Amino acid sequence: MTTANAGRVELDYAGSERLTMNMGPQHPSAHGVFRAILTLEGETVVGIDAVIGYLHRCHEKLAETLTYAQYPSIASKTDYVAAMTSEFAYVRAAETIGTIEVPKRAEYLRVIAAELQRVASHLLWLGTWCLDMGGALGGGATIFLYCIRERELILDLFESLVGARLLYGFYQVGGVRYDLPAGWADQCRTTVDLIEQRIGEYERMLEDNPFFMVRTQGVGVISRELAQELGIGGPLLRGSGVHHDLRRADGYSSYRDFEFAVPVETSGDCFARYRVRMVEFRQALRIVRQALDRLPDGPISSRPGLKSVAQVRIPKGEAYARIEGARGEVGCYLISDGSAKPYRMKWRGASFSNLAVLPHIIPGHKVADVVAIMGSVDPVFGEVDR
Amino acid sequence: MTGEQARAAIAERYPAATVDASALERRSLGEGGPVTVTVPVDSWVEFAHFAKTTLGCRFFSFLSAVDWKDEGLEVVVKVDNVDTGLSLLMKTRLGPGVSACPSLTMLYRGADWMERECYDMFGIRFDGHPDLRRILLGDDWVGHPLLKSYAVDTPHPPYR
Repeated sequence: MTTANAGRVELDYAGSERLTMNMGPQHPSAHGVFRAILTLEGETVVGIDAVIGYLHRCHEKLAETLTYAQYPSIASKTDYVAAMTSEFAYVRAAETIGTIEVPKRAEYLRVIAAELQRVASHLLWLGTWCLDMGGALGGGATIFLYCIRERELILDLFESLVGARLLYGFYQVGGVRYDLPAGWADQCRTTVDLIEQRIGEYERMLEDNPFFMVRTQGVGVISRELAQELGIGGPLLRGSGVHHDLRRADGYSSYRDFEFAVPVETSGDCFARYRVRMVEFRQALRIVRQALDRLPDGPISSRPGLKSVAQVRIPKGEAYARIEGARGEVGCYLISDGSAKPYRMKWRGASFSNLAVLPHIIPGHKVADVVAIMGSVDPVFGEVDR
Repeated sequence: MTGEQARAAIAERYPAATVDASALERRSLGEGGPVTVTVPVDSWVEFAHFAKTTLGCRFFSFLSAVDWKDEGLEVVVKVDNVDTGLSLLMKTRLGPGVSACPSLTMLYRGADWMERECYDMFGIRFDGHPDLRRILLGDDWVGHPLLKSYAVDTPHPPYR
């Protein structure tokens, strides 16, 4: 496809003809399956049609067929790069309708898992984004391999906590499923210290590299107004000068107990989004340390063990629970009819809203910038398509 | 503007709208429950304009729908004012057998993809949407899966 188009450009391009080019669905920079139909004038993109849905499994219909005890571990399959936060949103929605109390220790463990997940997710983002921009960073895969190395350490922690490395089933309505194994807290502290030190190394490697700066600064600018109207979230929103972090705004779970800063950048470009995430790394690690230091004793779930999956009943009602995920507002709008399964569940995937920004910011950029912009948006297609 | 002030402003301007207080009482769980408003479908766009300009809810969180079987479809939209922390959940009932709703794309650019998804899943036609076509399912898909009348095990054509 690309070769054929390249030939056509040389033969026919006379400075005014428009060329249609498919990017994806299996393009390496798509981070999943995503097809962008680009309209080009020379090397400049003048139009983009985003084609999504390749990973659609209709989670919202699926949730209507599964009980409150079954779905949380399926929720992790929406955003599989940050599975902890997806589970978190669902159980919080169910707990809000049922006014189910969650023990303090469980709330702390939830925060520890969610923040470690944020670090793991951001590591994967940084690695793949730098891999996408490849050659310009002098060696291509270097940062990617470093980031994956550190992410493995967090996955090791998750493995010893829940027995799984990618999709966890850690959260359940009323608490969490597992308590910390012996020695876990010490291992976690060592890992946190190591990652914090390595993040400083990446920063120096990247920000001392003029190619990196040229490819990210002033590229893919999202204005404050556009960011809000589209409902984009997380580092994209804060990179565009909007001071909005649900951990601060809602203070859900036990976030009010911890000190952390909310980074905000005003330039709205790829570099701003990068800076926001680099600060978030450190703030997430800071929260993990505080939670480990102050971890209270007590039960990890407010309800007894289940004898059947249909035993968790939620009274009639509705709620919207939102979590500050690695990519922004992960929301779950849940309607209960009093049975063991939800009547309706709407999943607000942060990546879906974030990806919708592409048609607004890509036109006018070169094809090579499309890759840099898409990577800076950090879409996870399991969450876009749900 | 707090949730209380927002409710008062809505009641004054739109007497036909019903404001649900129960959602607000869930603040006890430490999370700001959204102000829930149901408006007639005729004043859907006008109310959204009021929410965006007067209440300052410029952040478009999501748009979706609920199938209440015999009572018809309900469109649900959540918008936020991120500066004051106000969350507004606006709903409108389309009525039994009706699947047309005015589009909010003129007010919120985020409604573009959300309305396409809603059309895809519920078959709701959003009047005024510039490019209403399926987004997650293939163009040749038959039916709208999130309708309650659509069975989970509906057979679908073989994979192409």
